[in-house]
Amino acid sequence: MNETYRALAEFAQTWGLLYFVGIFLCVLAYALSPRRGKQFEDAARMPLRED
Amino acid sequence: MTQLHSSAGEGRGSGATEPGVDQSGKKMTFGEGGLAFVFAVLTLSCITVAAKTHDAAYAFHAYLSAFASLAAVFVILNRYADRPAALPAREIEGKPNYNFGPVKFATLAAMFWGIAGFLIGVIIAFQLAFPWLNLDLPWTAFGRLRPLHTSAVIFAFGGNVLIGTSFYVVQRTSRARLAGYLAPWFVVLGYNFFIVIAGTGYLLGITQSKEYAEPEWYADLWLTVVWVTYLLVYLATLWRRQEPHIYVANWFYLAFIVTIAMLHLGNNASIPVSVFSPKSYIVWSGVQDAMVQWWYGHNAVGFFLTAGFLAIMYYFIPKRADRPVYSYRLSIIHFWALIFIYIWAGPHHLHYTALPDWAQTLGMTFSIILWMPSWGGMINGLMTLSGAWDKLRTDPVLRMMVVSVAFYGMSTFEGPLMSVKSVNSLSHYTDWTIGHVHSGALGWVAYISFGAIYCLVPWLWQKRELYSLRLVNWHFWISTIGIVFYISAMWVAGILQGLMWRAYTSLGFLEYSFIETVEAMHPFYIIRALGGVLFLVGGLIMAFNIFMTIRQPETAEADTGARNPSLVPAE
Repeated sequence: MNETYRALAEFAQTWGLLYFVGIFLCVLAYALSPRRGKQFEDAARMPLRED
Repeated sequence: MTQLHSSAGEGRGSGATEPGVDQSGKKMTFGEGGLAFVFAVLTLSCITVAAKTHDAAYAFHAYLSAFASLAAVFVILNRYADRPAALPAREIEGKPNYNFGPVKFATLAAMFWGIAGFLIGVIIAFQLAFPWLNLDLPWTAFGRLRPLHTSAVIFAFGGNVLIGTSFYVVQRTSRARLAGYLAPWFVVLGYNFFIVIAGTGYLLGITQSKEYAEPEWYADLWLTVVWVTYLLVYLATLWRRQEPHIYVANWFYLAFIVTIAMLHLGNNASIPVSVFSPKSYIVWSGVQDAMVQWWYGHNAVGFFLTAGFLAIMYYFIPKRADRPVYSYRLSIIHFWALIFIYIWAGPHHLHYTALPDWAQTLGMTFSIILWMPSWGGMINGLMTLSGAWDKLRTDPVLRMMVVSVAFYGMSTFEGPLMSVKSVNSLSHYTDWTIGHVHSGALGWVAYISFGAIYCLVPWLWQKRELYSLRLVNWHFWISTIGIVFYISAMWVAGILQGLMWRAYTSLGFLEYSFIETVEAMHPFYIIRALGGVLFLVGGLIMAFNIFMTIRQPETAEADTGARNPSLVPAE
């Protein structure tokens, strides 16, 4: 039981951490990329558009 | 059922003789035939169950289901007889032919369940102050009415608001008609039938005793079918969207739908004793069961009461303020951070229990990290008003939504604070928790819902404005005073209670007996109940305003054509 816990904790504290940090960096890269500035400006106005 | 007909722009009564309805070459769709058949089979199965069960309450549910299934068969066949040969077009003259019938139904249902839920809340608040109000009857005892209150406000009121607004927002931001012909109606009516089964079950004593997941296995199975249909309708509508980008509100709605499905299945993994019995047993045991329950319970808060209503914030606040979202980039980071972190916060409900210490610390840590996405979202919602702050003075609907975001900020600050173990050792099991929940539920969830309904009703029923903005103002102030009464009474009561429980004498004995702490709560329970009364009065003012708005004869078409979003061609 204790061994299982230790193995799981070790996995979570190393690979788990890296995995989540990696995902977060991907989200940041997607959201903050200057290339998408125009697209996001348009998207921010989507509720205001009429048919 | 009149909704069902008028919304489709069809006449009622015998459709065959209706002039102008082209019925030549009409064929029943697979969906119509299949669903009518399934409901016919369900009718017979439910009658069989009702006849064979020994449990009177369960038999009542079986008869109710048989009746509802039979009604569904008739409605489907009648609708088929009335409709023209062609199904409603997706577009008319290049504009999307929106399907707002189910949205209208969900909006009215939300209003109805909201009033019912607030009323039961007031009753149980008075029961706590004056126990004789339990009336010594099993059906009116606090233990049965309390889940009726929580389910009525969260799942009946909140759920109908979420289903209604999500069906509205996904159509508008995708510029596409809602997918499915009968499916959207199945979702809305099926969900409300689930509410009826759940609510009557509590009163009759049917419960699996899991907080916020009380309905028994058969109600859970039914909800699963409804919910999967909901997801499919939603995805299929997004699939046929005319806009290349999926607007952020739809991401929040999707996270809400998908996660609730996952939570519902995980926390209701139970095995019924028999099909003829309402009783079931959960497959998890002991502390694992507790952990699954609070993984469910906290994410019901995170994904039902937060993600879904944030979707409302991201659509209705920009729309009402006529301003773009403050930072779309922030909204994306807000979304991913919120959903990834929320899912881990559940263990903070089990501090100082048999749950392993590391799991408690994990729950606490993730709760504290939640401060950041929560406040990021709050700032994004509030700052959307930049350039339009003056509207807060003139538009009580917008004011209501902005105050709701402020309450969101307050309760998401308080929550992580209470999840810190040392704070929790004082606050847990006291009324502080109840106060916290209500600052979120009344201040955030109900206010953003009220704002959304106030926006939606004139759009859906094609009216220029609400019947009375003055009444909205009255609603706003009366309810706000009610909330302040409620949460401040619970703060004082909760902290007092916590301190009395842990007070020792110089000899090391507990200073107060439990009944003394109960007695000390009495004045605060009365103040809380009065706060609830004020909130209910606000709700009644709203219901009157909504009723009068729908009834007023003038339509928006006359002079606000371009501004009004609900000018849609009839089907």
